[in-house]
Amino acid sequence: MTDPQPVTEDVVLEISGLTKSFGQNIVLDGVSLKVRRGETVCLLGPSGSGKSTLLRCVNFLERPDQGAIYLSGERVGLRPGGVVKMTNSELAKARSRIGMVFQHFNLWPHLTVLQNLIEAPIHVQRRRRDEVVAEAEVLLERVGLSSKRDVFPSHLSGGQKQRVGIARALAMRPELLLFDEPTSALDPELVGEVVAVMKVLAEAGSTMLVVTHEMGFARETANEVILMDGGRIVESGPPATFFNTPKTDRARQFLQRYVNG
Amino acid sequence: MSRDFGIVWDHADLLVEGLINTVILSLAGAALALMLGALLAILLMSRNRAVRIPFRGMVDLMRCVPFLMLAYLVYYGLPSFGLNLDNWSAGMFTIVIYNTAYMAEIFRSVWSRLGRESLEAATAFGFQGPRLYIRIIFPQIFLASGPLLGNQLIQIIKDSAFLTIIAVPELTHAASSIQAQYFVPFAAFIVAVLIYWALCLLVEAGVFVVERAAEARR
Repeated sequence: MTDPQPVTEDVVLEISGLTKSFGQNIVLDGVSLKVRRGETVCLLGPSGSGKSTLLRCVNFLERPDQGAIYLSGERVGLRPGGVVKMTNSELAKARSRIGMVFQHFNLWPHLTVLQNLIEAPIHVQRRRRDEVVAEAEVLLERVGLSSKRDVFPSHLSGGQKQRVGIARALAMRPELLLFDEPTSALDPELVGEVVAVMKVLAEAGSTMLVVTHEMGFARETANEVILMDGGRIVESGPPATFFNTPKTDRARQFLQRYVNG
Repeated sequence: MSRDFGIVWDHADLLVEGLINTVILSLAGAALALMLGALLAILLMSRNRAVRIPFRGMVDLMRCVPFLMLAYLVYYGLPSFGLNLDNWSAGMFTIVIYNTAYMAEIFRSVWSRLGRESLEAATAFGFQGPRLYIRIIFPQIFLASGPLLGNQLIQIIKDSAFLTIIAVPELTHAASSIQAQYFVPFAAFIVAVLIYWALCLLVEAGVFVVERAAEARR
């Protein structure tokens, strides 16, 4: 087990009282949480518990009904009264400060691996091409894919695609990284290579909010573990406490099914 | 017979001028229709019914008008509304509006089969507005539409022959005037047909290039 990161009170993401319904179905029911700089927070929970929706609300792929989201202390998207009043370009600007890694990779199929990394930094963030390319090459080296620089995504394995997905998110120099079940679409033998990259990132002090079913990753790498069920946070705490001495029945049930079962 | 081809050869300059007009009308017309069709496809994909339905109707209507009829309408009909276009402009205008509808329908059908994953990633990475379309959506649509666009370009080249009836000096018009003057129908028309065939081969080569680029990404 690695040592927990030194954590300051520097809050990168704060979510407060977030609610979201799809029709009659309440998916998020007043969720609040904080992610501090350099921290890895894992969101666990059965499918349908609202954890992916919560993640997608953070960068407004879903529009929350009520509540507030603060990015480095600055309120994003929702104005008092709970109405989304942000223009599309304001939303896009906020989104470009957050990196996202998707369950199904969502790479751009018409672009090579390197082009996938540099596309948004150049065309959204308007950074200089030579600087972005140099940085992207370092990132590809970090995820062990320098040799795939000029290959199209369709020629990569699932694990390689997801490592490109992670490098693409990092190329945005994000303040916060969101992972939406990054290993759920992978063949079991490919999960390890992706988890290894995520661990290195966490240990290097990236700020990460991770929806996952990889209990090993949560136990060994997270600073905080949050269990969601029915659109609410059921229990949260450091992984050592959560996995060894869960406080709620719901957490004990969950752990029995997903860890032991 | 060889004397007939000799006569056609003597008037090669007419055919070349016709060919140049056919190429300009087809290529420039296709390029304009491509761009306008892309814009129209955005409207056809709109989630807002009040936007989508009227444009859907316009596209369906345009695709059901015979090209020749549209050329007549533009050249002979529009002057009643005070819009007088010369032969060449009327021909170009007809090609562009007719094919904008077809291009839009090609793009719409390919677009609706595009996975939403890459669009979602683009949104999450801060793409929006024109840059989203130019950098992410249309390159994928274009790569996936190679053969359809090729067919349409061939159709445009062949349709441009109809413009002889409004006296646009394109290839068919040139062949027709040579045969009318010297009565060499077979030689004049078969030469024109061979030139059309050569143009189609060039289009096929273009489709091959796009398809190879698409194949590399599949």
